Amino acid sequence: MGYVAVKGGTAAIEESIRRLKYERLKKRRILDFHNIEGGMRCLIDQVMSESSLYSETLAAISIKQAEGSPEEAVFLMRAYRSTLPRKHYTRAVHSENMLVERRISASFKDIPGGQILGAAYDYTHRLIDFDLSEETEEEIINWLDDFSREYGNGNDSTDLANLPKVLDYLREEGLIAACENNDSEPDDVTRDSVRFPASRSARLQILTRGQTGAVISLGYAALRSYGALHPTVGELRIGNLPLYVDNPFNEAKEDDDAYFIGEIKVTEVETLFPVPAPKENGLKTIEFGLGYGICYGQNETKAIAMSILDHCLEAGNAEYPTHNEEFVLLHIDSVESAGFISHLKLPHYVTFQSELDSVRKSKKMRENNKEFKP
Amino acid sequence: MKINYNFAFFDEGSKREIRRATLKAIAIPGYQVPFASREMPIARGWGTGGLQLTLSLIGKEDVLKVIDQGSDESVNAVNIKKLVKATTGITITGITTEATIIQSRHRIPETPLKEGQILVLQVPLPEPLRYYEPSEYETKKLHAEKEYSGAWLMLFEQIMNYGHMSTGADHPVMVHDRYVMAPSPIPRFDNPKMNCAKALILLGAGREKKIYAVPPYTRVRSLDFEDFLFEAESFQGKSCRQCGATGVYLDEILDDATGKTFYQCNDTGFCMQRLNGKPC
Repeated sequence: MGYVAVKGGTAAIEESIRRLKYERLKKRRILDFHNIEGGMRCLIDQVMSESSLYSETLAAISIKQAEGSPEEAVFLMRAYRSTLPRKHYTRAVHSENMLVERRISASFKDIPGGQILGAAYDYTHRLIDFDLSEETEEEIINWLDDFSREYGNGNDSTDLANLPKVLDYLREEGLIAACENNDSEPDDVTRDSVRFPASRSARLQILTRGQTGAVISLGYAALRSYGALHPTVGELRIGNLPLYVDNPFNEAKEDDDAYFIGEIKVTEVETLFPVPAPKENGLKTIEFGLGYGICYGQNETKAIAMSILDHCLEAGNAEYPTHNEEFVLLHIDSVESAGFISHLKLPHYVTFQSELDSVRKSKKMRENNKEFKP
Repeated sequence: MKINYNFAFFDEGSKREIRRATLKAIAIPGYQVPFASREMPIARGWGTGGLQLTLSLIGKEDVLKVIDQGSDESVNAVNIKKLVKATTGITITGITTEATIIQSRHRIPETPLKEGQILVLQVPLPEPLRYYEPSEYETKKLHAEKEYSGAWLMLFEQIMNYGHMSTGADHPVMVHDRYVMAPSPIPRFDNPKMNCAKALILLGAGREKKIYAVPPYTRVRSLDFEDFLFEAESFQGKSCRQCGATGVYLDEILDDATGKTFYQCNDTGFCMQRLNGKPC
């Protein structure tokens, strides 16, 4: 308990913070945040997703400040997010309008528009490339020139901004229950604390901001044994979505009066689960149920796991913790879980003294009265 | 990219929203009002609920005292004071009587609070019924129906098992004969200070996203039984080695050199005032 109470705590804390800065700088290298932005795409995507703040630059600076710890970087971003007033809302975004970079389906060999592999680690061998330790700027420039020469000559006529959704095909076949668009105003879990039972919009928001590892773990639990689901990835697509904001001076909210404010890259997943569906005459048939996952950037495992959990929570089977919305939604947030666990490092001597008092009292009672009868 | 933070960190809209939840909490003593708890530059579990209350209330004229487990100089207190000072520039004090807002982790100061003061308590687990009911959906119903048999049963079972109520800190209280409330993990010793306190007591749970309050002159009773009364921690026959105070909450400290145990005021601000011969 040397770090508390007695006068001098403030000075010790100042020194600890200086020591932390020393740890970041001691190798005498400046990590330019542009390098992080350039070379740590996946970490940036993960941090932006868990922070629910889409800014590659802020994420890069946060990662620099946090010495690469995603937990700390997310923490910085979230705290900064708290200071931002909400001035505008974008118009609803439709993922049919995504400018697709990668898009695969595990359900069908061939899909309208074709499988587009894009960039993925899935097809690599995870062998450390020792040559990377000696990569030079000249090499990468030559490589990039070659790459763009080949790529520029492509004469593929696929309209990447208008690819049909795989699930629409199943809907047309009547294999997925048709559903109406739900255009009611979504809940906002950052403006109202979540209440249970939670709306689907609240659930999806919490899942998409969830800590990557936590979402994946719980999704895996549901897949392996707690629910023993085996979904099929109907479609996984990655690409940029355009964002528009209504003209604030035009009440009519006309489409062509809206402002384009930029793009966000997202991973979107729709998974299919066979579920029994009741029929009129008492017989059952099998239909496909859906799970939906989406997150900022390219983070495919998280998005798939999210879609599994979305389906679990929608089904809500009391047998499994993975289907219990309080269990899932209240424990996957990075800032909340890491914060509360780290608070155990704070001094607890008042509360501990109180426990001591209680333990001593019960011991004394035992000794004074060996056969205690209340 | 140079960005300056707003006065008291938050944007004004956020502050207003937190104050609105606070007003509701004051109007319904002991009831946990959900609010859209913001992420703070200090970790969840390190007093973000209290901090949000403090930042939403603080004005340029306020004088702030922050204590952590009784100490003005403990890590948590230092952290919070630094942040408030950096974003507001207001005056910080260690003296209870000088403060208009006192943010505290797990202690109520020994010096009785005055009218006009606000005590902000940091709350890790706001739900007194969580011990036996893990679901928030269920506990909300129990509160609505004033169904508190579980809380009494918990204490009864402790008596049966251990011969006394074995709650440590955070012994549940009944507020104004309506809501059972977690007083935050203050020691049982501090529970009676909440009863008819002259100051406004606000409790903030950041991670659990709840604000609740005990307005001035509100009845607060620690849960107990007619034939088994609530008992505070006992420091009978012990006094502070530094200022000689008795009847206060004491820290138990082991002297490295002699191997003996001695006691010292837990409220360091109170102890300092006595040592300096100042009123406290």
